[in-house]
Amino acid sequence: MKILTANRLHDGEAVWFGTNGHWNEAIAGAAIAVDDEAVTALERIGVEAYENNQVVDVELIDVALADGEILPKRLRERIRAAGPTNRSDLGKQARPMISRAA
Amino acid sequence: MYRYDEFDRSFVNARVAQFSDQVERRLAGEITEDQFKPLRLMNGVYLQLHAYMLRIAVPYGTLNGRQMRKLAHVARTYDKGYGHFTTRQNIQFNWPALSDIPAILEELASVEMHAIQTSGNCIRNVTADHFAGAAADEVADPRPYAEILRQWSSVHPEFSYLPRKFKIAVTGAERDRAAIQVHDIGLHLKKDADGRLGFAVYVGGGQGRTPMIAKKIRDFLPEEDLLSYTTAIVRVYNLHGRRDNKFKARIKILVHETGTEELTKQIEAEFAALRDGELKLPDKDIRAIETYFAPPPLTPRPEGDDAVRQARLDSKDFADWLGQNVTTHKHADYAAVTISLKAIGEAPGDATDQQMEAVAALAEQYGFDEIRVSHEQNLVLPHVARADLKAVYDRLVETGLATANSNLISDIIACPGLDYCALANARSIPVAQEISRRFASLERQREIGELKLKISGCINACGHHHVGHIGILGVEKKGSELYQITLGGSGDETSSIGEIVGRGFAPDAITDAIETVVETYLGLRSDPSERFIDAYRRVGPAPFKEALYGREARAA
Repeated sequence: MKILTANRLHDGEAVWFGTNGHWNEAIAGAAIAVDDEAVTALERIGVEAYENNQVVDVELIDVALADGEILPKRLRERIRAAGPTNRSDLGKQARPMISRAA
Repeated sequence: MYRYDEFDRSFVNARVAQFSDQVERRLAGEITEDQFKPLRLMNGVYLQLHAYMLRIAVPYGTLNGRQMRKLAHVARTYDKGYGHFTTRQNIQFNWPALSDIPAILEELASVEMHAIQTSGNCIRNVTADHFAGAAADEVADPRPYAEILRQWSSVHPEFSYLPRKFKIAVTGAERDRAAIQVHDIGLHLKKDADGRLGFAVYVGGGQGRTPMIAKKIRDFLPEEDLLSYTTAIVRVYNLHGRRDNKFKARIKILVHETGTEELTKQIEAEFAALRDGELKLPDKDIRAIETYFAPPPLTPRPEGDDAVRQARLDSKDFADWLGQNVTTHKHADYAAVTISLKAIGEAPGDATDQQMEAVAALAEQYGFDEIRVSHEQNLVLPHVARADLKAVYDRLVETGLATANSNLISDIIACPGLDYCALANARSIPVAQEISRRFASLERQREIGELKLKISGCINACGHHHVGHIGILGVEKKGSELYQITLGGSGDETSSIGEIVGRGFAPDAITDAIETVVETYLGLRSDPSERFIDAYRRVGPAPFKEALYGREARAA
């Protein structure tokens, strides 16, 4: 199970490619690829967005679903999705409105 | 302190214009990321987990109040209200938008600051003793030489694409506070028997995945030969340093693989060809740079002794701070003040915009407008009259900057780790915070005595764990964080690389393990004056291994 993530070119914001067809600022709503075909499709979207200069550092990451929520397997990606663990006032975790909107 | 001349000013402004154009073209899609990345790195712009990061140079760790205020302004206006002072005596902002960076650089240029050569495979910011110009034990101020090296190395055409990054550190005292033996080149400014100034030259030190203590290749290099000899070293490295493997590309590997004797021979041969050429430093040029670093007018303030004596009696907290964070100055009426950026439970090296403003104000009012950033991630007011210490202390208390823990176990060096850094494997800051809270009692910390605890979140060792009396290295194992402990490292004039004591500890066990190490030390030290590092060197790792793993080893 994989999702597509990157950082937005102009401000570096961590973003995830969503089921809405946009690069969203929250991991919730990310498009999940469960088979090879879907992974290839995400990969293609990533390459295109990189070439279009929308995003940089594009990566497919492994995730699982926990209570219906997307949970990255690696701690690194969980921190990217939330913000620094020592500062709950920074990053996505400090912006619940954005998280919900996604 | 150094002031830009016309050349410096136009050089920095030209670079701001150049990079602004590059950013603009990148945002417009006219250049690709592959083309842009080396350009942004040359200007201190990284991409981390949550955002871009901008690393700003603080040459040899010296700042004035106006510059510090500008950093506070950048933190407030373009970032999230704080900055992170690093082990390279620089400052990093963790959240700038790429599109704002040209504006930030323009603001910085207005106060003679920049981000040039804070990244990339070039000669990086030259670091120096943070008490330079103030320390009582200093032979001479090392910063004029650091400034000469800065001017020489800035966009040096021959050395802009080295095999790997290159770090030079300079100290002017026997007591090494700049960790020169773990730098690519370490320079120890000293005098020879005739009173002439020169350097002991160390080469090939470094941390990272292959930690090495530098080799001394010259006991005394006359000051006029500084640039020709440094050029000879970097030229030999540029020619023979490995470019096939990033992890073996630092000069320490070249020294190790070539052998110190052979490499010294090559350097000396190159030096012989260079020494009487255009790189020989004219005495008048050295003395001219030196005038920029002339000590401030330290007028006699003999009332300091009485003032301090009385204030000590009035306040135990002040007395504690005085004992821990105030260092002897070469002028008896003055002192150097360490401002701890290690308040209990806070992220090491972080300062808010308000704290930066407060430090700037103190420097302007009481410190001849001088501030230093130490490689231990603290700030320093190098010249404060002893008579003003209480006033300075009171103001520091108001802004949460008066923690009296300099050189104690909670004065922890920690890299940003996995909370920010794209290279990290494990978090550093929360580990530092928990250890700091565990040892929160300053009384207990003082009972333990000098103890350098350093934490890195990956093997690149930005948190200097290899030279911590106690080092902690975070690794990723089976998807989880694991922390290895090293013991016996030191980054001073008796530098040593810490040894891994045994298997690592989970995040919820590392603080207990550190406490076990500390308690073991307290139990075996010969007397309270025997520091942790001295006790470790006397007894070796066995008692610590036994305390950490003994029960388990016996059960196995």
